[in-house]
Amino acid sequence: MPFYVFPNEIEVNWGLFIVLYPYITGLVAGAFIVSSLYHVFGKSELKPLSRLSLITALAFLFVAPMPLLAHLGQLFRAFNIMFTPHLTSAMAGFGFIYSFYLILCLLETWFIYREDIVHYASTSKGFTKVFYNILSLGAKDISPTALNTDHKVVSILAAIGIPSACFLHGYVGFIFGSIKANPWWSTPLMPVIFLLSAIVSGIALLILIYRVSSWLRRQEMDLPCLMSLNRYLWVFLLLASVLELLEVLHMGYESKEEWDMVRGLLTNEIPVTYLGVQMGFGVLIPLVLLPFGRWRRLSAGIRQLLTIISGALVLIGVLAMRFNVVIGGQLISKSLAGYAQFHWRLFSNEGIIPSLFILSLPLLILSAMVRVLPPWMGGAEGPKKDSMVTPFNIKLQPKASGNK
Amino acid sequence: MVKETFTRRDFVISATKVLAVGILAPAGALPAARRISALETAQQTPVPQLWRGKEWSFLIDIEKCIGCANCVGACKKENGVPLDQEVYRTWVERYLVDSNEKVRVDSPGGGLNFRQLDIKPEKQFFVPKLCNQCHNAPCIQVCPVGATYKTGDGVVLVDRKRCIGCRYCIQACPYGARFLHPILKVADKCTWCYHRISKGMLPVCVQVCPTGARKFGNLKDPDSEVATLKKKARTRVLKPDMGTKPNLYYLGLDEVVK
Repeated sequence: MPFYVFPNEIEVNWGLFIVLYPYITGLVAGAFIVSSLYHVFGKSELKPLSRLSLITALAFLFVAPMPLLAHLGQLFRAFNIMFTPHLTSAMAGFGFIYSFYLILCLLETWFIYREDIVHYASTSKGFTKVFYNILSLGAKDISPTALNTDHKVVSILAAIGIPSACFLHGYVGFIFGSIKANPWWSTPLMPVIFLLSAIVSGIALLILIYRVSSWLRRQEMDLPCLMSLNRYLWVFLLLASVLELLEVLHMGYESKEEWDMVRGLLTNEIPVTYLGVQMGFGVLIPLVLLPFGRWRRLSAGIRQLLTIISGALVLIGVLAMRFNVVIGGQLISKSLAGYAQFHWRLFSNEGIIPSLFILSLPLLILSAMVRVLPPWMGGAEGPKKDSMVTPFNIKLQPKASGNK
Repeated sequence: MVKETFTRRDFVISATKVLAVGILAPAGALPAARRISALETAQQTPVPQLWRGKEWSFLIDIEKCIGCANCVGACKKENGVPLDQEVYRTWVERYLVDSNEKVRVDSPGGGLNFRQLDIKPEKQFFVPKLCNQCHNAPCIQVCPVGATYKTGDGVVLVDRKRCIGCRYCIQACPYGARFLHPILKVADKCTWCYHRISKGMLPVCVQVCPTGARKFGNLKDPDSEVATLKKKARTRVLKPDMGTKPNLYYLGLDEVVK
C-alpha cells in the first residue's frame, strides 16, 4: 500500500484537549446517572454516594467546556455558537445543551442541599453565615411540607436529568459519528458507544472517589454500596465493549474500501492504546476481576481491592478509548493511503502537562465543594447523614427540625 | 426578617426567577438571530447582480498537467497562505504505478519540491487538487456558526470574521482541502480566487498554468470551454460515493486517485 497523506493533514487538528472533552463530559453523564439511580430508581444501596455523585458531576461539568474553549482558534467568538447557531451543525447544540444541563444540575444540587444550607446558615456566624444565607436564596422554610416539596422537585429534576445526561453525551458521540469523511468515526453506533462508555467511566470514577474520600475521612467504605457499583460497572462495561467490538467486527466483515485503513490503524498505528490499554486493561481485565470482587467467599478487603483496581483500570481504559477515537480517527488520511503522525507534546498548547492540569481541575473543585456542601451520607441502614460532618469545621448545634 | 413559611406560591415565584435567569443568556441571542434571518430574506429576493447568470465550474485535464507546481506557488502568494508552512489551498500529487500495479503517491511541499526518482514506473501522472466547491458541502453543514456558506454563483467561502476556529469543517471535508490558517487562526481553503473571478479575471492557478491543464469558466455560458467540455467529454469527480456532489471535474482521472 502506498504511503501518502494529503499535505494539509500533516498537522493533527484535534489534539489532547479534544480527547479530554468527551472524557470529561462522559464522567459528568456517568456520575449523574449514578446519582439518579438513587434519586429516581430508589436504589437505596447507593445512598452513601447519592450526594457525592451529584456534586462530582457538577465539578466535572464546570470544567467540561474548558478544553474546548482553550482549543478554539478564536476564543472571543466562542459565544457565537449560541448567538448565531447554525442549526444543521451538531456542534451548534453544545452551548444550549450544556447550559440546560448546568442549570439542571445546579437546581438539583440546591434542592438537595437546601435543608442543610438553611441549617448551616442558622448555626454559623459572620462571613460563613452570610455565605450560606446567600446560598439559600432566601428560601428558609424547612418545615416537613416544604422538605417534602424539595424531595419531589429533586425526583423530577433527577428524572429529567437522565435523558438530558444521555443527550449531553450521546450528542458528543454524534459529533464524531456523523463525519462521513472519517471511516473510523462514521457509525450510527457512536452515540450509543459514547454513552455506555460514559456511564462506565462515571461509575469507575465514583468508585475511586469513594475510596479516596473514605480514606481521607478515615471512614469505612459501605460494602453493599461498593458491590452495587461493582455490579453496574460490570453490566455497563459488558454492553459498551460488546458494541465497540460489534462496530469493528461489522467493519471487518463488510471489508469495504476503508477497512484496510482501519485495520492498519488498530494493529499498526495505535495497538498499544487500543488493543493494550483500551481493550486489555480497560475491558478484559476488569470484566474478569469485577465478578471476583462480588464473590462472597473472598474477604471484604480483597473484594474492595479488586473492585477498586477494576475501577482504576476502567477509568484509564475509557481515557484510552477517547484517545483512540479522537486522535486515532485523525491518523487515517482521507487519501486512504497512509497515516498521519501524532506528536506528543509536553508543555505547549494541548500538551500533556496542560491536559493533566485540566484533568485535575475538577478534583480540586470537588475538594472545595465538599467543604462547602458536605455530601457524606451513611449506608442504607445507617443514619441519614454522618453526624460528624460539618462544613468549614463549624460546630453544629442539634437540629431544630430533626432528621426525617 | 425572613418569612417563616415557604408556600407553594413562594416556590413557584422563586422557581420562575431562577428559570428567568437561566433563559436570559440564550435570550441575548435573539437580536443577533433576527439580523441573520433578515440577511437571508435579502438573499432570497433579488439575486445580487454579481451572481446573475453565473455558475462557476472548474475542470482539470490530467493528461496536460506536467507537475511544474507553478499553480501551488502562485496560489500561496496570491492568497496570503504562508509559504513556509505545510498548508495548501491547492497542491499537486504525483502518481507512479509500477508493473505490479503498486502505486506510489507523493506531494512534497504540495508539489513544489518534486525530485527525480530512480524508478521506472509503467504509468505516471500528476493530479492537481483543490477545493471541490461541493454542491452538497459537508463543511457548510457542520460549521456551528454558519461561517462557511455557498455563494449564489457556486463557490464555498469562509467568513473570516465569523469563524471560531473549531476545525470541525476540516474534519468534515473528505478531500483534505481545508486547513487552519497558521496566522489568522481561522479555517481557510481555496475560493477559486473569488476576489479575482468577481472582477472578471481567472483564478491565479488557471492563469499561471503553462499547459492549460486547469480550466475555469461559467457553466451558464454555453460557449465557455468548461461548459463545452462538460457536455462532450467524459468527466469524473473525486469520491462520488461521499454524496458531496463536487463542482470540480477531472478529465482522464485514474481510478487509483482518491
